[in-house]
Amino acid sequence: MGKYFDMLMEDVRLREGLKACMNCGVCTGVCPSAEFYDYDPRKIVNTIQTKDDADIEALMRSDTLWYCGECMSCRPRCPRGNTPGYIIQALRTLSQKLGFFVESEKGRQQIAIKRVIGHHILEKGYCITPRLVSPALHPEQGPVWKWAVENDTDLWSRLSPNYMQPGAGAIRDIDRETIAEINRIFEVSGGKEFFEQIEAASDRKAREMGYAGGATDEYMTHTFTHNSNNHQ
Amino acid sequence: MKRTSWRDYEKEIADDHYYYARSCIRQNFFPGSETTFLRIMREALGKDIYDDPRHTSCTGIGYHSDIVPLDTTMAVVARQFALMTEAGYENMAISCITSFGLYTEILETWHEFPETEARARENLFKATGREFKKPANIAHTSDLVFHNRGVIAAQAQRTLVNVQTGAPLDVVEHIGCHYAKIFPKSGIGGSEFPYVLAGMVEQWGGRVVDYPERRHCCGFGFRNYLVQANRGFSIANSRKKLESMAPYRPDFMVANCPGCAMFLDKWQYAIAEMENVTYGADGRGIPVLTYEEMAGLVLGYDPWDMGMQMHQVDVEPLLIRMGVDYDPSARFLGRAGKFIGAPQAAAVNSFSGERIYGIKS
Repeated sequence: MGKYFDMLMEDVRLREGLKACMNCGVCTGVCPSAEFYDYDPRKIVNTIQTKDDADIEALMRSDTLWYCGECMSCRPRCPRGNTPGYIIQALRTLSQKLGFFVESEKGRQQIAIKRVIGHHILEKGYCITPRLVSPALHPEQGPVWKWAVENDTDLWSRLSPNYMQPGAGAIRDIDRETIAEINRIFEVSGGKEFFEQIEAASDRKAREMGYAGGATDEYMTHTFTHNSNNHQ
Repeated sequence: MKRTSWRDYEKEIADDHYYYARSCIRQNFFPGSETTFLRIMREALGKDIYDDPRHTSCTGIGYHSDIVPLDTTMAVVARQFALMTEAGYENMAISCITSFGLYTEILETWHEFPETEARARENLFKATGREFKKPANIAHTSDLVFHNRGVIAAQAQRTLVNVQTGAPLDVVEHIGCHYAKIFPKSGIGGSEFPYVLAGMVEQWGGRVVDYPERRHCCGFGFRNYLVQANRGFSIANSRKKLESMAPYRPDFMVANCPGCAMFLDKWQYAIAEMENVTYGADGRGIPVLTYEEMAGLVLGYDPWDMGMQMHQVDVEPLLIRMGVDYDPSARFLGRAGKFIGAPQAAAVNSFSGERIYGIKS
């Protein structure tokens, strides 16, 4: 008992986030995820403070771990100074390092986020740029967004003269040396190794699920769009 | 509750000379607000603010969707501090709420766990050869507008008043969760009584709406919006807020987080399409402004120069109520006055159903 707890305690977010939970449930009361999903952050905190390896591993393999939206509404309300959101961040990191995340529908979605947001940071220096939010994948953005993206050069340039050009200003193009620096930071600080762990576990799981090519775009799209509707 | 409770949480805000930290989401969805903020700082307030071409994302969206490890995010933020140091600045002005929360959290973590700062310095130096001083002061850009709200009021060309009735406009203010829920002391008014937007609204003649779900999250939830299969979470939480505020008949919403402003705007479109429900007292959607747009309107700036044509919920009904003399056709002009056509119509802007939420039409 305690192997996973010890591993979690190497993460400062767990040390900061877990004091002593008295199970009052205030965190659950204010939680937007608890509002929507069959979800109770109080139980997560309680599971961790038991230090039970079997229970913690089950949590790291479950959908439950992936419901939190990290709004941190729980943090200022806890009368004992716990932060369930921090505990969840530490658990999600460990779940991905150990490859457990691919054992749940919601956890498997990490490959899509890594390939969309992660790659964009490394290639463009921003988490998002206009054409990444494509109207085809984002119908909820509505006709004004579609109009804006279709006229991006004319519209953004009116509002920010350096649109996708070198120099200062909103949505400027970031120079190659800066992009190289960001890539080197990811390399030396473990960001790229973490990406590789997400890829490797996803590839293994994809093959197990019958995707002969492994974690292909088809597998990624499945994780991005599939909803079993067993979460409420 | 006490209307002065916000004074329990005041903070020092540097008065001039800022290094500007841009927001991925704000520049993407509200590029005109980025430009407007810099214009207000330089032209209306006479401040020195440096917009550095080498500045990048802080990785915040990746960090909070758990694909970027903490050490990596710390090293990227350390690089921003290095750029600030090299440029000769010590005050950070941070446009994104997620970035602001993250910068605050990283500085606190470095204080609490010094080994994490040592690691960030080592990683940054190995990767880039750069070194840094920590900022003397960090503020969200809405803090800076709040700080100067009186100066802006003195230059006001318009106020937040209905010119037809003379009544103050009723304003829903929405504070991004990461502004003060992570570190209440980092926000004006803390997490329970944030005053950063309310202070602007009251100073400029408006009336703040207090409604039950005022502090509820907009519903971004990072992975809960980024992944298509999860977006039910996002729209459901926005809907909870919209239902709660509608009976108070707000004239508009204003947010200090660009993500919140975008979701509260776009999900009104989706709800109108899906359920034939709108939330504004006039039968249409409730316009959602950024605080830069609100300040810009007060200062007399042109709405289309500020990018308000990029909102899904039309802002024209609000502009008319405020007495803004705008050119309707200029909304559809791109660079150099080129006509770029109009977007398709949407139910949220042309309500013809039988029910407006909470209000019988």
